[in-house]
Amino acid sequence: MTTPLTGYLLVAALLFAIGLGGALVRRNAILVLIGIELMLNAANLNLIAFWRYGPHPEALTGMMFAIFSIAVAAAEAAVGLGLVIAIYRHTNTTELDKIDRMKG
Amino acid sequence: MSPIFYLLAVLTLAGGLASVLLKHLVHCALAVTIAFAGLALLFLQLDAQFAGFAQILVYIGAVAILIVFAILLTRGSELPKGGVFSPTWLVGLVIAAGVFAVLGWAVLASVSAIPQSNIVPSVTVHDIGLALVGRYVLPLEIVALLLTAATIGAVIVAMHEKKERPQ
Repeated sequence: MTTPLTGYLLVAALLFAIGLGGALVRRNAILVLIGIELMLNAANLNLIAFWRYGPHPEALTGMMFAIFSIAVAAAEAAVGLGLVIAIYRHTNTTELDKIDRMKG
Repeated sequence: MSPIFYLLAVLTLAGGLASVLLKHLVHCALAVTIAFAGLALLFLQLDAQFAGFAQILVYIGAVAILIVFAILLTRGSELPKGGVFSPTWLVGLVIAAGVFAVLGWAVLASVSAIPQSNIVPSVTVHDIGLALVGRYVLPLEIVALLLTAATIGAVIVAMHEKKERPQ
């Protein structure tokens, strides 16, 4: 009944939900970024699992998607954490419900 | 389904869950590192060696360290007064549970449709390198440009602001 791919897809779905919950529920900006990273990783797991159990693994499509997605996630983390540090310098807090103005 | 898969899945999910639930930010960073490691092991379990090691290098080596740096630079290790969860945490929880319900239903409802060919792929780093400079050369260049721009941008954004001159 259950194929191996189903197991990986369910793990990825659960990890995505955990990341989404973390990004929605936590007050600290860094924790929101961690939640976003978890969601990106869940998507990568889906890509790799479909590549592994798909009919043409030698075409490398899913693998390449995952590798490029890892690179984009690294860029996203660098810019996001840089922004958090810049906002902290300005407002002395990283709690998102206190950062409610775009004007400094 | 091998027992190793269940072990890795539990490790990854426990790491992810701990990283969004723990109070101290430094503990969260450690827990998310465990989740990243579990994902890298899952990639290795899926015969994607290159992606697994790239995951270890990029996520554990760079992103986790960046997160720890950001936590320490913003005094995030101190507990906030109003609790670590936002006042609307119930809404977030309901949305996350709804998303998981929809995704899980979609996966379980399409069991007969999803591919299950079990050819073990024999992909070497040589093949990946050839694909990167052949068919995927344009995305590779764009990612290189994006990484350069993002690194410079992150440094500029996080750089010290100049003190305003006294008037």
